[in-house]
Amino acid sequence: MPDEGRPDPDALLRATVLEGRGRLKIFLGAAPGVGKTYEMLSEGAARHRDGIDVVVGVVETHGRAQTEALTRGHEIVPRRDVAYEGRTLSEMDLDAVLARAPRLALVDELAHTNAAGSRHPKRYQDVEELLAAGIDVYSTVNIQHVESLNDVVASFTRVRVRETVPDSILEKAEIEVVDIPPDELIERLKAGKVYLPQEATRALGHFFSKSNLSALRELALRRAAQAVDARMLDDVRALGLGGTWAGSDRIVVAINELPGADVLVRAAKRVADGLRGPWTAVFIETPRVAQFNDEQHARVAAAMTLASQLGASVATVPAPNVVEGIQSFLADARATQLVLGKSRRSRWFELRHGSVVDRLVRNTPDVTVHVLPVPAGGETGPRAKRGPTRWGTPTGYAVTTAMVSAITGIASALFHVLNLGNVALLYLLPVMAAASLFGLRTGLYAGLTSSLAYNFFFLPPTGTLTINNPENLISVVVLLGIAVVTSQLTARVRAQADLAAASARTNATVAGFLRQIAGVNDLDVATRMICDDIRRLLNVHVLLLSKAGANLDIHAASDPAYKLDPMDHAAASWAFDTGSPAGKGSGTLTASDWLFQPLKAGDRVLGVLGVASDMRDSPVRADQLPLLGSLIDQSALVLERLRLQAEMRDVDAVRTRDRLSTALLSSVSHDLRTPLTAVIAAATQLHHGATPELIGTIESEAQRLNRFVANLLDMARVEAGALKLNIEATDLSDAVTGAAHDARRALEGHPVRLDVPPDLPLVRADPQLLHHCLLNLLDNAGRYGDPGTEIVVEAGNLFGEVRLAVLGNGPGLPPGREAEVFETFKRLEGSDRATGGTGLGLAIVKAFAEAMGMMVEASNRTEGSGAAFALVFPPPLIVRDLPPESVS
Amino acid sequence: MPAKILVVDDDAAIRRLLRNTLVRADYTVVEAVDAKSALRQAAVEHPSAILLDLGLPDKDGLSIIPLLRADSDAVILVVSARDAVDEKVAALDLGADDFVTKPFDTDELLARLRVALRHQALSGTTPKIVRRGELTIDLDRRIVCRGSDEVHLTRKEHEVLGLLARHIGRVVTHERVLAACWGADEDPRVEYLRIVVRNLRQKLEAPDPVGSVIANELGVGYRLRAED
Repeated sequence: MPDEGRPDPDALLRATVLEGRGRLKIFLGAAPGVGKTYEMLSEGAARHRDGIDVVVGVVETHGRAQTEALTRGHEIVPRRDVAYEGRTLSEMDLDAVLARAPRLALVDELAHTNAAGSRHPKRYQDVEELLAAGIDVYSTVNIQHVESLNDVVASFTRVRVRETVPDSILEKAEIEVVDIPPDELIERLKAGKVYLPQEATRALGHFFSKSNLSALRELALRRAAQAVDARMLDDVRALGLGGTWAGSDRIVVAINELPGADVLVRAAKRVADGLRGPWTAVFIETPRVAQFNDEQHARVAAAMTLASQLGASVATVPAPNVVEGIQSFLADARATQLVLGKSRRSRWFELRHGSVVDRLVRNTPDVTVHVLPVPAGGETGPRAKRGPTRWGTPTGYAVTTAMVSAITGIASALFHVLNLGNVALLYLLPVMAAASLFGLRTGLYAGLTSSLAYNFFFLPPTGTLTINNPENLISVVVLLGIAVVTSQLTARVRAQADLAAASARTNATVAGFLRQIAGVNDLDVATRMICDDIRRLLNVHVLLLSKAGANLDIHAASDPAYKLDPMDHAAASWAFDTGSPAGKGSGTLTASDWLFQPLKAGDRVLGVLGVASDMRDSPVRADQLPLLGSLIDQSALVLERLRLQAEMRDVDAVRTRDRLSTALLSSVSHDLRTPLTAVIAAATQLHHGATPELIGTIESEAQRLNRFVANLLDMARVEAGALKLNIEATDLSDAVTGAAHDARRALEGHPVRLDVPPDLPLVRADPQLLHHCLLNLLDNAGRYGDPGTEIVVEAGNLFGEVRLAVLGNGPGLPPGREAEVFETFKRLEGSDRATGGTGLGLAIVKAFAEAMGMMVEASNRTEGSGAAFALVFPPPLIVRDLPPESVS
Repeated sequence: MPAKILVVDDDAAIRRLLRNTLVRADYTVVEAVDAKSALRQAAVEHPSAILLDLGLPDKDGLSIIPLLRADSDAVILVVSARDAVDEKVAALDLGADDFVTKPFDTDELLARLRVALRHQALSGTTPKIVRRGELTIDLDRRIVCRGSDEVHLTRKEHEVLGLLARHIGRVVTHERVLAACWGADEDPRVEYLRIVVRNLRQKLEAPDPVGSVIANELGVGYRLRAED
């Protein structure tokens, strides 16, 4: 907060505005039948007993005896009867309540729609008026009537209510949730104690399912919590308390896998609330985690989820042991408070290893450590599975026995050259080998067997197990000691190596994932890859949802067969809208089979990633959550990159379109106005007598205009994608003849020579489109050709292609920029003659030709000067199968 | 007595233009602005020719062609801004004699009208010899001369050119040419017609396509252009 200590003016303003107004209290219920009205009336009665002036504005008792009894104690403002379509509806008499001016009015069913002809269409507007008049109002509403939740509720209950209350009303109100457990509500329903509105009756069975009711209840509680949070935040800002939130205490709670981790989390929340400090739940990932069973994983995940729901940030820290992990995390987080569960380890374990609590208290002098007793709950929880590494494997013992025997054999063989000390040294080998290869127990076994063998075979008196020399005792102790030290050292090294390997694996996985996806520029490919990779890496079902218009739809999935039911959709929408996880294992809308995590870039939610598996409580094991987290972060970055790229492309497209429309405007104004001006001027002159010149001007300019309009229409058809091809076998000399006739005015003064070999095959083309192409090419050649020069149209069959070229005699095209003439509205500099073209004609040639599968070419003639334009018909467009007898 | 022409068009400017043009060419002109009045005028005035716009306010112009045809021998010349090929074919099939696309050239319109009226006057009789520019087509003897030189044509070329010559100035649809010049057992295909027409062009026309004699009405058919 930048200006802590100074009250936030907006918050103060809101408070003052509220002062003259009445206060609204809303009794919010998850579903019909939870007892909102009853609760409202009871509280109203209580206020009445306190001496407050209370009236009932309107209450729907639905004939419930208990509720009716409660209304009897209240003063009731008579309702107003409204005649509507032959029926009489009774509505709250707003004016009567205003005139009565009580301190508190009870107005049931806030979402009610008034009968036509009432002052306000909605009852909440009546309530607004009461509030504005300084009257406090108690009202009731069901969660499905809250506007922002209407969709979510409808999506999983399949019951959509049309009567909604804007969220702004709820934000200004005090909210009390009237809550009964789903089972009890279903009981009441069965006992006929619930009055059902029309909408609910239709889908009765579905609406009142337990999962729906649980979800509705959760929504109600959350909505209420939201209101409380917002108001508290307002209060805090108004009081200028901002400073106390920042920079003071930071609380860390260490989560473990034992039952009661949730108790720790709640306790930490209380500590954090008390100290008004930010708090973090941390789980220290030691090598022991690999031996956790599913239940232990689930407990950790549940505790972390709970913490994040209660407002904590969460972290998982890999470390060789708990103490080191917590210590380094405390330092990083600059924490001042640590919450720990009381150790359940045996006295014996603590004696050997030292208590975690003791060591932490000793090692972190700046941190207050709260040690909480965790309720026993009957069980201590399954101990971590004792892996074979602890007790060693039979193979280990066998190998050790073999090594000790071998050394004994070797030593016996060499005993005549060795002294007793050297033999003892030889026995170090199997001990060290066993301790480092097979762990402590096997190492101790090696030490024991070695010393026994040494004692039995080599220590005098040989053949007995007696020690009669303190030196010999020392060698036995040394052998055992070395076994212990070696195994400890190796175990430690191995633990660190395992940890490093695990983290290297994670890093390599993420890096590999990134590398793969980094080069992808297609959104569909990228999303598909994200789904497939996450599926492969975590062995879960994956899907990715994104917003298409207003709907959140599946964009990609690791298996296209996935279907989402309404509950899944509700969870996905929740994740998208709030930016926090929802679904199985998240704590929100857990009835969904999927866990949905938002893909966030900054504050923007780009999509939702859903994962599912056969596991019971959460689709992903707790130890995989960090990996999933990194993958999701990386995926979000990739999607963000693609989104930005697409945005840039859009900007480019818009820019191009702008450039085109600017060009179109200037072209239209130039090319429409010029001939029109000429026509109008010449027509005016006709009043003074017609001359062939004037008439000629009108005629040719009008023709030019006609050509331009035809081109504009053609272009519009191309751009609207409305070109319908009507391909038939066409003769090019036929086509050229037709076009030359229609272009005869533009060609005036230019002799045209058509040069088509007699055996030229027919081509497949749309005769109309081809006609327009040729018309424009001839028009162009006539316009830009030097006066009196010949225009040659020649066709040829070369290398299986048919080429039709229109050759003009004129200035030609600027070298190196020949192909640009086909761009829309392009008129190359130096070629804009007084006879001016439109810049559209050649673009139309190109568009039409390409639509028919031909190619266009523009070049300068090799002999002579002038432009050459060619239509190239590739082999598929050439007709070859003509029986000659049919034409003779 | 000058021929009477019925002009059917909802646009006053076009009607005025046509009236002026036709009156100057010595025709008598009556007018109609929609389909209903067109049918009435046709019944009352007995025009020799009807210039019919297809875009009428009350009815599609195409739909009244059969009604006009039913009780009148008048030449029906469709004058329309619509450029769709199938509409032209439909108009011809329904009984129209010819079509002119807006914007039109009044000289061309008058030429078409003259040709159509002449055909109407000559209906029943067939000319023996058709002359067009330097071409002389002797229909009975199947001899075609370009200037004074006889041009050798194949059988199909004779048949196609003969058909066009008998309807000189008027469009003959592809279907009609194929039906008249190819037997059903020859699998009549428009490709064959194209080849025949190309061969005719090669033999009969100058290399400058602007002065071409055989007009290609896109997607509709062919026309042997009458002399203006």
